Amino acid sequence: MRYLTNTSKKHSQKYNHKHSLTAAALIAVIGLTGCSDDDDDSPAPEPVTPTTPVAVMQTYTVTVTNLTANQPMSPIAIASHSADVMLWQAGEAANVALEKIAEGGDAADVAAIEGVNSTVSGAGILMPGMSETITVTLDEADVANLTVATMLVNTNDAFTGLNSYDITMLAVDESVSMRGMVYDAGTEANSEAKGTMPGPADGGEGYNSERDDVDFVHIHPGVITMYDGLMDSVLTPSHRFDNPAVAISISRTE
Amino acid sequence: MKSSVLKTTMLPAVSHQVNAPSRAVKASLLTVGLMAAGIFSASATAADLEISVVNLTHGNHFTPIFIAAHDADSHLFEVGGTATPALQKMAEGGDIADLDAAVMGAGGFTVTNPAMGLLAPGATVNEVMLDSMDMTHLSIVAMVLPTNDAFIGLDGWEIPTEAGSYTVYLNAYDAGTEANDEIVNGGGMSGVPGIPAAPGGDAGMNGTGVMDGSVNSYVHIHPGVLGDTDAAGGASDLDSRIHRWLNPVAKVVVTVK
Repeated sequence: MRYLTNTSKKHSQKYNHKHSLTAAALIAVIGLTGCSDDDDDSPAPEPVTPTTPVAVMQTYTVTVTNLTANQPMSPIAIASHSADVMLWQAGEAANVALEKIAEGGDAADVAAIEGVNSTVSGAGILMPGMSETITVTLDEADVANLTVATMLVNTNDAFTGLNSYDITMLAVDESVSMRGMVYDAGTEANSEAKGTMPGPADGGEGYNSERDDVDFVHIHPGVITMYDGLMDSVLTPSHRFDNPAVAISISRTE
Repeated sequence: MKSSVLKTTMLPAVSHQVNAPSRAVKASLLTVGLMAAGIFSASATAADLEISVVNLTHGNHFTPIFIAAHDADSHLFEVGGTATPALQKMAEGGDIADLDAAVMGAGGFTVTNPAMGLLAPGATVNEVMLDSMDMTHLSIVAMVLPTNDAFIGLDGWEIPTEAGSYTVYLNAYDAGTEANDEIVNGGGMSGVPGIPAAPGGDAGMNGTGVMDGSVNSYVHIHPGVLGDTDAAGGASDLDSRIHRWLNPVAKVVVTVK
């Protein structure tokens, strides 16, 4: 659990407070990037070619691994956006785009958020233990922050991912690895009851606009299950999870 | 090393007044002393810190938060170490006065109760200002309510010397000083069993008491509360649907000016 406490002075300097997964990133990155923040040997500036501007593209691959025991994840949603966009803020009420992801695994509304310049989706449900690599190609002018989000489908409104992570410092062939914790959107009570969860443990309802929980995003308290005293729960012990629930690595390939 | 009593400073005795002006005076005296001794490090200059704390739990409050800037050798608590009486008071009853006295007595700088009371689930306290002066490390604690002796903890985080915003996530620790019986009975004094209060008004009553069987009397990661769904009985007075948590329980953003 040491990813939860940031003890890395060296790497923490590059991140700002919007990055909810910063602490995770800092620890995970230590062994991987070595002296990547040593900028003394940066290459000489490219000569300026006075031709008509051509769109210069950058390519990133995002690899997501489901670390849970029995929580399939809804198709991975990736959004590229400006630095000021936050799909969620701990302690604040969820927006509807996030609510739809957290309750129903539906990320369709993310593309319409102001400041989002492109979205990419995973191929389908990401099963426990499985990894998926998704390619994101961006116009150089659009490269700023990335957000990754996915629902833990055997829950009422649990989601995980990566919140507004700055990718501009990644050079070609560099990568970062992080672990994500599970958030509770706070928009649907964690009843775990029959008919309330879209995953295979239930086959119930996804998004419902009613908000009958605390109405602020927070760290998910975990599921209780029928075996631990929640009589109406249809969940079983393998549906429990702990943090982290997902591993995410981002590589810039060109 | 094991018991985390704040060490007393070896610098010449100066008055330890609580108000800010005398702190500044004391600090400059201290700085002069260090420079005279030839051990002043240029990187250890004063840092103006702006701190925010977010309560990330579903349904637990934090008692008055205690933030301290201190030297590298001091700790409010250490995982695997025995809780000091001052830490125990905070963890079992939310009383931070003794921790504050210990840090101030050792020449540190503190902020007490920046949220002006309890920090509710989902709530944030912003713009907490702390000038760490020559102190290099930051610690933060507050009791988690309702619990027997859980607290949020940041132990001796090295304050960055480069300006910027730094995010740190805090775990909930168990002080190891009181059995987690999960009975809300007003017991907040050190050594008194039970939980002082459930600020959300959402605890049950007449619980028979959880026998958690823990044998770890040192500070450790809190195993979490059990709770139950029986407000009028059962083993626990806590509600498993409201009072459970997973780590992390708090988000701290430190902006170094």
